[in-house]
Amino acid sequence: MRVNFTVNGRPQEADDVWEGESLLYVLRERMGLPGSKNACEQGECGSCTVRLDGVPVCACLVAAGQVEGRDVVTVEGLADYAKHRADAHPGDGCASGTCGTTIQQAQRWQAKSVKGTDSQTGEGDQLSAIQEAFIDAGAVQCGFCTPGLLVTADEMLERNPSPSDADIREALSGNLCRCTGYEKILDAVRLAAARQGRQEEAV
Amino acid sequence: MDFLRPAGWEEALAAKAEHPTAVPIAGGTDVMVEINFDHRRPEYLMDLNRIGELREWAVGDEHVRLGASVPYTQIMEHLRTELPGLALASHTVGSPQIRNRGSVGGNLGAASPAGDAHPALLSAGAEVEVESVRGVRRIPVEEFYTGVKRNALAPDELIKAVHIKKASGPQQFSKVGTRNAMVIAVCAFGIALHPDSRTVKTGIGSAAPTPLRARVAEDFLNAALEEGGFWDNGKVITPSIAKQFADLVSGACNPIDDVRGTAKYRRHAVGIMARRTLGWTWEQYRSAGTTLEGAA
Repeated sequence: MRVNFTVNGRPQEADDVWEGESLLYVLRERMGLPGSKNACEQGECGSCTVRLDGVPVCACLVAAGQVEGRDVVTVEGLADYAKHRADAHPGDGCASGTCGTTIQQAQRWQAKSVKGTDSQTGEGDQLSAIQEAFIDAGAVQCGFCTPGLLVTADEMLERNPSPSDADIREALSGNLCRCTGYEKILDAVRLAAARQGRQEEAV
Repeated sequence: MDFLRPAGWEEALAAKAEHPTAVPIAGGTDVMVEINFDHRRPEYLMDLNRIGELREWAVGDEHVRLGASVPYTQIMEHLRTELPGLALASHTVGSPQIRNRGSVGGNLGAASPAGDAHPALLSAGAEVEVESVRGVRRIPVEEFYTGVKRNALAPDELIKAVHIKKASGPQQFSKVGTRNAMVIAVCAFGIALHPDSRTVKTGIGSAAPTPLRARVAEDFLNAALEEGGFWDNGKVITPSIAKQFADLVSGACNPIDDVRGTAKYRRHAVGIMARRTLGWTWEQYRSAGTTLEGAA
């Protein structure tokens, strides 16, 4: 079957989708967007977390046919999504097709730190606040859980700009990390929240 | 496999009548796991996400009518006062991502004895509204569970809503697991005090082939509370009554040994949860008028 839906703000079409296929498989194998990770395939690990109509979900548990006509944001579009939330459409996302990340941009997405040193090509997107904070706090080790954590944490900070530690732990409780023991991940989220708070004070 | 996308409820009923083997999928948190692991290859998958009315709820005088696909997150956020037990149980489901998709309708459809919503529904009092092209019927939740992962649905029926009695007193939910998130219950227990009818109702999860009420324990406790005038005098429930209640709840269990725990442990733990949650809810009742909200 064919599935039409919006990915990172741009309309996309997936063909020859098997009816039992997950959104995760479509994103990774049909659209060339491997940012969302495939690990447990049963909603236990959160590595495949994406936003479906703004809500964080495990892409492995969404049937591809269920996203027809709906809006998906993956980690590849996160920086742009966060940028537009802050600049172009404060408090809101973008209308489909007007902003967003093209599939080509998303496919060759590379991290480019604000400091400008991370990308060899210079073509990469500027990072979102949560991505910068993960780098600065050293919250990335093997990196497998990182995309899911970024999407989850970014959504929490959107909803709850000054979270308590308990809020952070709860929000991230569906994302497993087997390397860092979570402390630096918590540091990163606290850092992003603090920077966000400072920015708002400055405005 | 065929993917059915009914745009509305009538269309869904027609599709289910035409294809009784169709597996309804809403949040997908159970169905997709089975498909991902090749445990299930349904002939038809029927997406219920396009049916907006399944995601709605209405608070009436006596009951909350909860649409079958209202996600647990919404229950936690909006129905804590009316359904404190279910809100607490909802908070223990999976993770935020799972609670954003999973629903009580899915718990009922899967009818796993470990489903977190069941003890809360049993103790609060609930009816399941199911429908087919042949008509609507309301099934008391006690009669809805018919066996391990079996329910009272006919092949052409779909779950439309659950009618849950609004809390008239404190409710609690307790669950045993190895950590706070992403846990399938080793066993679980729900309790609801109903001061309006001067009864206490219970729900046991994951400690028998189906979720069930501990009716003998309820009868004992209701008689003991009545006899001692507890509902009126608001005295502390004596340890001997609490112990007898816990023992009877334990006795209502019919658990198995499995990877999550032994039968012996489950029986023991359910008794402990029964005693504790009775204590918590009764304390809340005694200090009447304070909050009836779950801490979800």
